[in-house]
Amino acid sequence: MAEGLSDPARAGGTFPGGEAEVISLKNVHKSFGSGDRRISPLAGVSLAVARGGKLVIIGPSGTGKSVMLRLILGLLEPDGGEILVFGRRLSSLDGYELQEIRKRMAMLFQGGALFDSMTVGENVAFPMRAMGERDEERIRVVVSERLRQVGLPDTGDKMPSELSGGMRKRAALARSLACRPEIILYDEPTTGLDPITSDAIADLINDTHASLADIRVTSIAVTHDMRVASKVADRVLMLYGGRIVGDGPPEMFRRLGEGAPAPGASEEDRMIRQFVRGEAEGPIRTVA
Amino acid sequence: MLRHVTALGGVALDGLRGVGEVAILFFQCLAWLARGLPYKREVVEQFYFIGVQSLPVILTTGAFTGAVLAYTSYNQFVALGVESWTGAIVAKAQVWQLGPVLVGLMLAGRVGCSITAEIGTMNVTEQIDALSTMGTDPVRYLVLPRVIASFFMTPVLTIFAMMIGIIAGLGMTVFVLGAEWHFQWVEISEWMVSYDYVQGLSKSLVFGVTISLICCRNGLKTTGGAEGVGKATTTANVASCIAILILNLVMSIFLFYAQPLWDRVADIIAYAVSEAMSVLIGWWNLAA
Repeated sequence: MAEGLSDPARAGGTFPGGEAEVISLKNVHKSFGSGDRRISPLAGVSLAVARGGKLVIIGPSGTGKSVMLRLILGLLEPDGGEILVFGRRLSSLDGYELQEIRKRMAMLFQGGALFDSMTVGENVAFPMRAMGERDEERIRVVVSERLRQVGLPDTGDKMPSELSGGMRKRAALARSLACRPEIILYDEPTTGLDPITSDAIADLINDTHASLADIRVTSIAVTHDMRVASKVADRVLMLYGGRIVGDGPPEMFRRLGEGAPAPGASEEDRMIRQFVRGEAEGPIRTVA
Repeated sequence: MLRHVTALGGVALDGLRGVGEVAILFFQCLAWLARGLPYKREVVEQFYFIGVQSLPVILTTGAFTGAVLAYTSYNQFVALGVESWTGAIVAKAQVWQLGPVLVGLMLAGRVGCSITAEIGTMNVTEQIDALSTMGTDPVRYLVLPRVIASFFMTPVLTIFAMMIGIIAGLGMTVFVLGAEWHFQWVEISEWMVSYDYVQGLSKSLVFGVTISLICCRNGLKTTGGAEGVGKATTTANVASCIAILILNLVMSIFLFYAQPLWDRVADIIAYAVSEAMSVLIGWWNLAA
């Protein structure tokens, strides 16, 4: 079995060295559909994420990576198990309390999810206004600063439809950063982008993490892109078949993907190897 | 046969589920309203969109309906020798039924479809999720302003439709068909009572709220991309129109039996007003 595989005992409490955890999933189950069409992307997943870490979740399509992010945000409810964010059990919160928790988090959606009836500047200002900021001068300064931070200094008056895919993701990231969140979730941040733009987005994620180091921001990214995972992560987690099949530093995944398969390697190691190398043949079943 | 019965049962269950979800949405709106006013900018925008921008189509519908009703009725009444009733019949029909129902149907088409398409598109492009992640409740931000604007603007539009319908009917009767103005006006004054307006306006209040709730609910339930938005929009329009027709029948029967109650309430109000006026006049004379 892959080293560092998620230990349920770690899911809840503190990490070695006293690192407080900001997110904890305990034996989480989630299914969709019914009867023959029932699929279970998460079947008993336990996980703890330390404050200030950069976790990247990898795995084939349809393995519940994005579902996990939605569960953490409380956009979906688990069928079983429990999820704690900032030490609060999400299932015990009412709508108002959940909103307050969400205000400390931000998510970069796959397509950006910019509000297409607003300009880019209004989009970036939106979370500030939603949190009660009334000083328009301060909003203007922050919007300008965040857009400059993501490399889009002169786009405040543009509509989202006028931006390219990469620019839209940058603008969405600027919106996510507007209120200096303590947790940032990235859902497939580089999907649909060319390799150069993907690399630039990976750099941007690292820069963003560094810029919020004073509040010890926690970043969690979901991706298929191993290059991005290697560049961004200090911890990588692989999901397949509703469970975690690998959890460790990026070097571990790189090592398992290199060279000939080790004799007597576990099925999890062979899965990681297959995914990292991008091979169709192996224990991971794909639908062509 | 069994298959058809099952399909029919499925449709009935979907309908009941829809009614339940619309009711839940209504109570969620009330709960948000109890916590404070909705976003001012959104409400103003919706007042403009639902009220001001719907005015041309409402005036056109009201005018042509009143004119055609007058033309048809007059030619029938001439044969009976009661052509002086034409204006009164048009006024009764406009205020009781045609005004509120036609405004409701036109709003279901013009405003309802737009609401479902807009919220549905936001849903399938993850903009609703983005709202939630920024600590903004979609019901408070998207649904409540539309329901409030519909609640206030549908009766206003109905008053316009009633007025223009009666004016167009009178214009057709007097200027085109050559009837005597005086007799038309006398009949209208004699036939119309305050309860007619209570009936028409109370219906329009209910229709306005129902349309906005059904269309918002369908938008929030939209799945499946562009095709899903199209289906949701069509379903919302059909459901709104059917709801208006059913509610119109139910309310017409209810309001018919409620007339004695209104007469008593109107008497009490008239008595209270006259007493208050007497006291005020007495007080004024004393002070003078």
